[in-house]
Amino acid sequence: MTPAQRGARGVALAAVLGLILAPFVANRVTPYVFGLPFLLAWIVTSVLLTSVGVGLMYASDARAARAAVGETPGRAAE
Amino acid sequence: MSSALAILASTFALALGLGLAARGRRTMTLQEWSVGSRGFGGVFVFLLMAGEIYTTFTFLGGSGWAYGRGAPAFYILCYGTVAYALSYFLLPAIWRYATERKLLSQADLFASAYESRAVGVLVGLVSVVALVPYLVLQLKGLGIIVSEASYGRVSATAAVWGSSVALMVYVVVSGVRGSAWTAALKDGLILVVAVALGLYFPAHYDGGLHAMFADIAARHPGFLTLPARGQSAWWFASTVVLTALGFYMWPHSFSSTYTARDESVFRKNAIVLPLYQLVLLFVFFAGFAAIARVPGLTGSQADLSLLRLAKMTFGPAMVGLIGAAGLLTALVPGSMLLLSGATVIAQNVIRPMRPALSDHAVGIIARVFVPVIAVVAVVLALSDNAGIVNLLLIAYSLVTQLMPALLCGLARKRWRWPTATGAFCGILAGELMVAWLTGARSNLAHLAPNAPGAVQDLNVGVVALAVNVVVLVSVSLASRARVRTPEPAAVAP
Repeated sequence: MTPAQRGARGVALAAVLGLILAPFVANRVTPYVFGLPFLLAWIVTSVLLTSVGVGLMYASDARAARAAVGETPGRAAE
Repeated sequence: MSSALAILASTFALALGLGLAARGRRTMTLQEWSVGSRGFGGVFVFLLMAGEIYTTFTFLGGSGWAYGRGAPAFYILCYGTVAYALSYFLLPAIWRYATERKLLSQADLFASAYESRAVGVLVGLVSVVALVPYLVLQLKGLGIIVSEASYGRVSATAAVWGSSVALMVYVVVSGVRGSAWTAALKDGLILVVAVALGLYFPAHYDGGLHAMFADIAARHPGFLTLPARGQSAWWFASTVVLTALGFYMWPHSFSSTYTARDESVFRKNAIVLPLYQLVLLFVFFAGFAAIARVPGLTGSQADLSLLRLAKMTFGPAMVGLIGAAGLLTALVPGSMLLLSGATVIAQNVIRPMRPALSDHAVGIIARVFVPVIAVVAVVLALSDNAGIVNLLLIAYSLVTQLMPALLCGLARKRWRWPTATGAFCGILAGELMVAWLTGARSNLAHLAPNAPGAVQDLNVGVVALAVNVVVLVSVSLASRARVRTPEPAAVAP
């Protein structure tokens, strides 16, 4: 796994933990963020971050796959 | 009022027309009918997957939870997102396995992975038992939406019968393509309606989101955070994890997965679906806005909060449009449930008893079971049976119990220890635990009266899943040791 792939998985994992553990770390009403109570704002941010993390995984996996095919041209068909 | 009725009727006609037109000139083989010949590109797969997010439960229940319970409703936004992140890894694996073997149903995958007809039949039965109450829930929701939005001109009974007949007809004729086409209409409408309502209500009544939430926080202290006990942080975390694990264990999710042309579709969808699910946020806003305007709805009445506020605020045309969106949220998942239920019965319950049946015959049997399942669901939806309510509560827990056996089954090439006997016993033990815990209306506070509060608040499904895993592992190891078939020479790495 390339560093980019590892980093992307780290972002996605952090986002998912942010969702699961939201009420442990952000169980409060204030400060309001864009009109949302803090807990809800935290959850919305984690949802956005999940999408970013999965997007990074997609991009880095695709790049690693292309690199693997390029390095071993004879084995691309496997 | 007649404008509301006209909008409802024309949406209904449009959905039926689209559902029928979806067939085109195709010959309906079993593969075509159940999984669209595995030829769906990104958009259709997205619509089928997204179609499962916005059911009547999310539309009515999402606003109802925000209205009646407050912050605990936020878990709905979290579990789907966690499930989408998991789907990046899970769905390509399921798709690859199923496509290589031309599988049609969820139970097929279990039967194939464990090379066991018994495991297939058990999973088939579990999925039908879980799916019927889910369909009943959609139909009940549909009845409520149509009778509210038509100002009582169409009774809930008439709405449930009428739409079930439409569902049966287009599912029999067009199969999964009918679901995909109606999903396009539904997602367009629900997106517009939910966002419009979620923005309009707080702005119109409170002068903005901040003012609305500040007002709620002042009147109901603690409503916008999780309580220290009961639906606490521990309840939240365990429920999000359990529900995310169960998210893709529904039989109709497998059907949607099998329709894809290639596996990159799922990875791309996993990027977009979390964003798309933020539409739920606007459904919550509508529920929160209803607190001050339509007070006093308690229990299951809370689910009416969105519709009641809409009727108070808008004229019949807009109410009709909201009702039409609600109607579609029942039709699309309903059609997927009917389709996969009928496929499972024909393919995984009938076929193992009559192995000589041709694909053509199984296809006909599946289509015969569409009206059978639909009529059963309609009858249950129209009766006020307490047993159904119990089944509804446990349907999600029932399918979640399939998760450990699925993972072990997919990994059997590498892990050699999971056996068919282990999977069978694990699933059975998990399901029996769910049934027992629900029947006894038990929770961890009853099971462990002396445990710390954190443990007592955990979702009771954790217990069933733990029993399931322990039985799966121990029976697998025991049955391997007992059989001790001569292993083939170790495969070179």
